[in-house]
Order: sequence, then C-alpha cells, then structure tokens
Amino acid sequence: MNRFFGFLIKEFRHILRDRRTLGILIFIPIAQLMLFGFVLTNEIKNINMAVVDYSHSDLSRKLISRINASQYFTVAYPSASENELPALMRSGKIKVAMVINRDFETEFINHQRSSVQIIADGSEPNMARLVVNYTQNTISAVLMDQFSVKPELAAIKPEVRMMFNETMKESYNFVPGLIAVILMLISAMMTALTIAREKESGTMEILLASPIKPIQIIAGKVMPYLLISFINICVILLLGVLVFGVPIKGSLLLFLFECTLFILVALSLGILISTVVKTQMTAMMMSGFGLMLPTLLLSGFIFPIKNMPVVLQVVSAAMPPRWFIAMARDIMIKGSTFADVWFPTLVLGGMTAFLLLVSARKFKNRLE
Amino acid sequence: MVETNEKVIVCKNMVKRFGSFVADDNLTFDVYKGEIFGFLGANGAGKTTAIRILCGLLEPTSGDISVAGCDVYKQTEQLKRRIGYMSQRFSLYEDLTVYENIRFYGGIYGMDAKVRRQKTDDMLEKLGIADQKNRLVASMPLGWKQKLAFSLAILHDPQIVFLDEPTGGVDPVTRRQFWNLIYEAVEKGITVFVTTHYMDEAEYCDRVSIMNNGRIEALDTPQRLKKLYQAENMDEVFLKIAR
Repeated sequence: MNRFFGFLIKEFRHILRDRRTLGILIFIPIAQLMLFGFVLTNEIKNINMAVVDYSHSDLSRKLISRINASQYFTVAYPSASENELPALMRSGKIKVAMVINRDFETEFINHQRSSVQIIADGSEPNMARLVVNYTQNTISAVLMDQFSVKPELAAIKPEVRMMFNETMKESYNFVPGLIAVILMLISAMMTALTIAREKESGTMEILLASPIKPIQIIAGKVMPYLLISFINICVILLLGVLVFGVPIKGSLLLFLFECTLFILVALSLGILISTVVKTQMTAMMMSGFGLMLPTLLLSGFIFPIKNMPVVLQVVSAAMPPRWFIAMARDIMIKGSTFADVWFPTLVLGGMTAFLLLVSARKFKNRLE
Repeated sequence: MVETNEKVIVCKNMVKRFGSFVADDNLTFDVYKGEIFGFLGANGAGKTTAIRILCGLLEPTSGDISVAGCDVYKQTEQLKRRIGYMSQRFSLYEDLTVYENIRFYGGIYGMDAKVRRQKTDDMLEKLGIADQKNRLVASMPLGWKQKLAFSLAILHDPQIVFLDEPTGGVDPVTRRQFWNLIYEAVEKGITVFVTTHYMDEAEYCDRVSIMNNGRIEALDTPQRLKKLYQAENMDEVFLKIAR
C-alpha cells in the first residue's frame, strides 16, 4: 500500500506541475459548454418582426401580443404595410414578417383552420427555418389557448418540419453529448498519454524492474484522471443548470452513477490503447481519431442514429458514448429511473469488464 | 576487489529468440559477489536483451538462470526486490525535483519513511547537492542526472545493480567521478553488472565478457584478456574480437 501511495503522489505531482495542461483540462470543458450552449440556445432570442395585419380582429391582436410577449420575438413594426417589408428586411431591421389575412378570424371560427403568411429572411437559411418554426409554434399555442383545439387541427402551415418544440427541449441535448466528449478526451486520452509517456522516457522499464505491481501502476495512473473527470462533470452540470437552465428531472445520484460508469469505460479504453502504443504521439493519434470521431459522429451526439445506414447503426451500438448519451438524456430530460435505463447500464458495465480484461491480459509484467 | 566464491548470478545456456532472430545465443557465465562484471559488445550484440532477462523484464526462451538466488522465470517478484537497475535512458522524472524523485523511488521499493529520510540526507550530502534538492531534474547537467540515477538504483541496498551504459555522453572527468561512486557501492558489498562502450571503463572492471552477434566470445580479467589477445589495451582486445 505504501508503494501505491508513493506512486499516486508522484502522479499527482506530474499533473500539478504541468499547470498548463491542468488548466486546459479544467478550462476546455467550460469553454465547450459555453460554446455549445450559446450557439444552440441564443440563436432565437428577441428576433425583430414586422406584422401586416389586414384582419384587425381580436384574434389577430391576441396573436400579435402573444408573439411579442414571447422571448423569441419582438414585434418591432406592429402595423407595417406590405410594401415596406422588402426594405425593412434588406436593411436588417427585421428578420421575419407575418401577414395576417382579412378573413383570418372568421375562417378560423367557421372552419377551424386559417392561415397567416410568414416571410423570413432567406439569406440565412438556418436562421430562417428556425424563425419560421418558432413563429408556427407560437401561433399554435395561441390558437390552442384561445379555442382549446388541438394544434394539428389549428395548423397554420403544415409544410415545414418541426425542428424545435416550444419548450426547446432539444437544445440541452448537447449537455450529455458534451459530457461524453469531455470524458473521452480526459479519461481515455490522458490515461493513454500518461502511460505512453513512461514508456517513451524509459521510466516504465524502471517501474517494471521494481517491485511495484502493474495493477498498482495502472491504478495510480488512472485515479487522478478519475478525479479530474468527476470534477469536470460537476462543473458542466452546475453551469448547465445555472447558465442554461438544463433540467435534471431524474435522480442526480443515478446520473452521477452513470457518469462514473462511463468514466470507467473511457479509462479502460485509455489503458487498452496504452498497452498497444509505444509513444505519446501514437497514443494521441489513436485516442484522437479512434475515439473522438466516433464519439462525435456515431454516438447520436450530433447526427441522429436513426438516420444512419444500417451498417453504421450496428457500428454505433459498439460505441460506449452512444449508450451513455441516450441514457443521460433520458435521465435528465425525461426523468427516467434505473428501471428504464438498466439495459444501457448493463451494456456499459459489460464494456468496462471486457476492456479491463483485455488490457489486463495485454499489460504485461514484462517488456515485450 | 572483494571477490568470494559466492555466486550472485548463475547463467547457464541463456537463449533469447525474437521470431527467427537469435538475440542471445547460449550465454553461460557466473557473476561473483562483490565483483564488477563488465558486459561488453558492439551495438546489437545482445547485451541489453541479456540485462533485461537478468532483471526479470524479459522472459528467456530457454536456459537455467538465477539472479540473487531467484529463478528468473518464476521468482521475479523477489528478484525485483533484490536488484537495482539503471537503464540507458536512466530513470529520473524530469518534471519532478531531486527530492521528489528520491522519495518516489524509496516509495516504490517499499522503504520505511525514517530509513528513507536518513538515506536521502546521506546521499545528497555525498553527491554534494544537498542545497539543490528542490531543483527540477530537467534543469540539471547530464553528469549529475547519471550520478543521481545510480544513487537511486542502489538506494534500497540491492544485492546486485545492473547498469546499462550508464555513462553515455559525458566527459571523462564526470565518468571518472561516476566510477568512484561504483567503487563505493562495491565497498558496501553491492555487486555491479555494467555494460559499456568505453574501453577505458572496461579496464576498471574485475572481469569482462565480450559479446559478438549474440555470443560471449571472451570472458576473463582485463589483464588476462590482453595477454591472450596480445593487445596493449582493452580497445585492441575488443577490436580483435568484434572486428
């Protein structure tokens, strides 16, 4: 035990001495969180809108005031004329305009459906699509409140796909994904690097020629990064909740447990990589390309798994982050309990056991 | 020279193959307690492979080998406690201070904290770097690093210490100082097994073996080898054998 603690102290010294790397390890998650968070959530906020109201009805006025009251839009020109719109849009004073027909209210009362025209600035296609969707959602909400009809019946323009729902649930999808990316980066890459560094500098030979056991070396290498990863998760969660209002509907304890399980998967991956590489460079390449890209592309973090070709869907099932992200989303957003997520938990647990077994067989007491 | 008949290394027919390549071909030699055993040979002659086998870092393909009374196949745990090892690339952590390195090595050899502190003080005193113990190893000159690495390799009082080209790249004065440390270790009863490229260092050894292409071509005291090969110095002996 004495041996092990001596080794552990040394590992912490390495990490604390290299202040720059430590700073990066702590700072990068925060920076990524801010980037993802603000890019995704601040796109639609107080967008300027012009309204051309031919209807002048109760319903149209209600609609306008509701839109204005929402955090997404500001009705900057409540009684514009259609002729003005091109100029307003060109000058950037508005991003979107809504034209309400003369028979907007009567149509709706008589036929339960009606239409408004939404004109968006197509020069920024993504923005335009978002704006259109948000406008539609807001209108649906108003109609539902007013007449208690289901939104489908009161649909205004069904041709645009729904990308965001009104509670913006999708936008905090990035938090579980980001946790997965960061844990992969820190746990797997840093573990692989630190073991590769001992090999490269020749000190691994000295360690192996000493009475310290390989299992103690591995545990000593892994524990500081387990701690750093855990701190990172706490920081991400705290910022997610405080800055972005991310909910944690399920049990926080369950969530942290699953995070720890995922850290263990990532650490075992790092150890496995370190058993096959000899230099820090290859360790970096393997964990960079071998882990980061699948984490980003095949885990459902950025691209939905359902849209992938079947082959890639099968491949993605072998990716630990895929299981973690889906499960973390469920716990955070849907409030799933352990009974709902036992299967992914089992998968991750199985992966950890498998990886540790393989690395233990590969990590030899002797040099090869 | 404190030569006795007690054998620290008994090596019979050591063979190590890597695929079809034979790194060590049937090496047989004994090393006696308290001697300085020089292990010479050109690059690629199989010295480092042999040293790694003797340290329990590599498993031999065949042969009966025991080091410090331990079988190298089965008793590597005890073996590792009884030996010291300093590799070519020595063994210090550059981002740690002198003191932290010493502490770390004391720790992995399971030394008692009290003993370690006493030994640390003695060692720093002897090396004349007591005032530099908080200096980062990275900023120290090569010669000092080598002396420190050697002192660490014998910190736990091993029966035998293996030195794999310990003095590469330093000037003759520093090398001489290094050898003074080796003599001091021998006086304490530590057996020294050393590989080197420098033939003047071969003269400092009690006995030397000269390897060529994985075989031991000659093994005796430097005086007898010079006589046998009718050479002025070890350099000539070596060239005659290794060509």
